[in-house]
Amino acid sequence: MSRYRTPLSRARGLGAAGHGAGHWISERVSALALVPLTLWAVWATIHLATLTRDGAILWLMEPVNAVLLVLTFLVGFWHMHSGLRVVIEDYLETILTRSAALVANLFICVLAGGLAIFSILKIAFGGAL
Amino acid sequence: MTEANRGVRERPRSPHVQVWRWHVTMLTSILHRVTGCGLYGAALLAAVWAITLAAGYEAYATYMGLLASPIGKAALFLITLSVFFHLAHGIRHLVWDAGKAFEIKLSNTIAWAEIVFAVVATVAVWIIAAMTGAL
Repeated sequence: MSRYRTPLSRARGLGAAGHGAGHWISERVSALALVPLTLWAVWATIHLATLTRDGAILWLMEPVNAVLLVLTFLVGFWHMHSGLRVVIEDYLETILTRSAALVANLFICVLAGGLAIFSILKIAFGGAL
Repeated sequence: MTEANRGVRERPRSPHVQVWRWHVTMLTSILHRVTGCGLYGAALLAAVWAITLAAGYEAYATYMGLLASPIGKAALFLITLSVFFHLAHGIRHLVWDAGKAFEIKLSNTIAWAEIVFAVVATVAVWIIAAMTGAL
């Protein structure tokens, strides 16, 4: 089938982009990583809620806690971006709104994820005391 | 002749919601999307938590006060419910991806189990939170 498609036909969006499998696998692998990370994050949230700001900072200065929280944000935002991307592609039809939503999704995930991870590292390295 | 010569064609559509009879596996499929979108907002709230913690005492106290308010608690309760449902149905998706557990009866049972698990786990977490003084 595909050998009859011209590059123009594919470019019009009527053909597969050719990287669907990679997206599909990365969504599953991030989901797999998030199973233990989410359960840990639920426990961590309950624990952090009982602490003062100083307590929370000391908790984050433990390497294991800092690394697990950074990983939760990193993999979580990655997975969120993949997930919302599929939702946008399913429901938004016009090229302009779809493109705008896809770009907004990427920018929000990278900005919020970047800010969160940098904040955690700053705290972990003693910069927030 | 190639397809390009015929111009842009109408693409095939999948069946719409109106032609489907409501059943539990459909509900869990919809809930997976809804909770996924909800958790997007939850992750942004978590990012703000990390940012305010790094920012200072005043910012952190204000934000924690916001989360402890009735609206904040209600949001956190819904987030807990979403986390456990999305987790359960996500694992269910991984099982499907492995090509297992497609039988209708088993699918329905698993779908109900996911809903029950989400509710029970959420209540358990909030009881633990209340007992440890996290509320």
